[in-house]
Amino acid sequence: MEKIFERSKSLMNIPMHYCPGCTHGIAHKLIAECIDEMGLREKTIGISGIGCSFLSYFDIDVVGGAHGRAPATATGVKACNPDSFVFTYQGDGDCTAIGASEVLHAAARGEKFTTFMVANGVFAMTGGQKSPTTMVGQRTTTSQDGMVPERDGMPIREAELLAQVPGSYYIARGALTSPKNIAKSKTYIKKAIQYQMEGKGFNFVELLSTCPTNWGISPVESLKRVEEEVVAYYPLGEIKTPEGVA
Amino acid sequence: MAGKKVLMKGNEAVAESAILAGCRYFFGYPITPQNEIPEYLSRRMRDAGGVFVQSESELSAINMVYGAAASGKRTMTSSSSCGISLKSEGISYIAAAEVPCVIVDMSRRGPGIGGLQPTQSSYRQATKGGGHGGYRCIVLAPSSVQEAADLMHDAFDLADKWRNPVYIYADGLIGQVMEPLTLKDPVDIESLKKHPWAVSGPAGRPRNMVSSGVSEEKFEYLNKEKYKNIEAEEQRWVDENLEDAEYVVSGFGTVGRIAATAVRRIREKTGKKIGFIRPISVWPFPQKGYDKIPDSVKGILVVEANAGQMADDVKMAINGRVPVYFEGTYGSTMPTVDDVVAMVEKLGTGKEVLY
Repeated sequence: MEKIFERSKSLMNIPMHYCPGCTHGIAHKLIAECIDEMGLREKTIGISGIGCSFLSYFDIDVVGGAHGRAPATATGVKACNPDSFVFTYQGDGDCTAIGASEVLHAAARGEKFTTFMVANGVFAMTGGQKSPTTMVGQRTTTSQDGMVPERDGMPIREAELLAQVPGSYYIARGALTSPKNIAKSKTYIKKAIQYQMEGKGFNFVELLSTCPTNWGISPVESLKRVEEEVVAYYPLGEIKTPEGVA
Repeated sequence: MAGKKVLMKGNEAVAESAILAGCRYFFGYPITPQNEIPEYLSRRMRDAGGVFVQSESELSAINMVYGAAASGKRTMTSSSSCGISLKSEGISYIAAAEVPCVIVDMSRRGPGIGGLQPTQSSYRQATKGGGHGGYRCIVLAPSSVQEAADLMHDAFDLADKWRNPVYIYADGLIGQVMEPLTLKDPVDIESLKKHPWAVSGPAGRPRNMVSSGVSEEKFEYLNKEKYKNIEAEEQRWVDENLEDAEYVVSGFGTVGRIAATAVRRIREKTGKKIGFIRPISVWPFPQKGYDKIPDSVKGILVVEANAGQMADDVKMAINGRVPVYFEGTYGSTMPTVDDVVAMVEKLGTGKEVLY
């Protein structure tokens, strides 16, 4: 019988620990599929931030980075392994709060690696505290009456921010919600890998994700929330391409 | 340049020695009094086919070092006291992940922004670990430009041997002063041991993971085996005339060198039996050196350019066998040879100060 689907070679054959309805697994699957399809597994090195981490699940070389510092660690890894495919996998808290500086300056230097930021608007692993991408009005364990702009500020659009840095090369935002959005996200991921292998960078893909556990709603409602509320503030698409900023 | 007598500033001698020792990856951030290290390497590293990155922060620099170290390459950063505070998170990660790197600390004065003057007030930070979790770093304290240059080679070798961060802990005087020295021969990088644990992409082998996650077993191994083995094998010091000494003078780094001159002068002029001991490894602290001091010694005078930091370690090493006295320079700069002579002359007069 012809085999028409199998687990990606770039993923370990072990169950994931993520909560039901979390879209980390989809992000993993898309990145792993792209690595497989592009024949890069044997030269791939991934660097994690701190958060619900991918370290256990990818059958590639991995480095466990410090909170927010993965782009700095990736700079060192890529310097030593210029022909490898090097990526960081970070959450929105990791990437936009404590690691705001590291990713910004990696972009400014035009580092030839790829950052995937999985954005669910909360510090998920620590129990759902607000992050710099938490939506106006959103309740979290540290914004229990909802985010108030006058008091809490406004959420950061990281992709647009990095697109303004002249050193960045390719910036896109996808959502891990519907089959259509997932397929689109995969094309962004593939381009962000392809450009790196062509010696271009900095490349960044933001992936809007769900956290039903910390949002306190069902997985289905979570997907709906991303498509109806989150996308309205964080528009999907390619924000910076070799042709310019959209 | 190697093998010939040259005149170099300490910082530049350290930087050139890093190149000669096979380091090709430098990541750092500007801070006085170590700026000649990144300035020198910004040009020299590229000529040598390496990578130089001036990072956006000390934090970022040490995490870049973490990445290069995880890749199994000889890598380093340099900074000074307050910069080391910022790097401490990363140093803890590197120690926990057990990857090798070298950190040069051309330390400066005091807490906070402190001052640029050469003092020894960051001894505790360097030797006890500035970061969290009870890790250990090997710390080598040179007393001259020649020794600083030589120890750079040892630092990279020890880092590789133990898969651990190694400090060169010096001060602005050693960084800024020019002295004649002979540089060692360059290391053949190809001949260096390849690290099977390094990340490079899992081509034809199972994946490698470099992580600072410390399991119970690893935590036990680090504390019960690795750090104990380093303590047993890597103690370094120099001593003079301990056998018949009535008193012993002890200091490290620049102050150790000044004190050695003072002790020799006193012996020459007065014949007083003063012994001398200078730790080179300030972690592991050279217990074996202090064990050589006979019980008949009337006291040990520790001299430091701080309010007494290594003196703690001396007291522990001596463990009550003989009195430990202390003299320091608090917040100004280094003592002169005359200052130390005057300190030593107090011994046995009742004016000496117990630590």
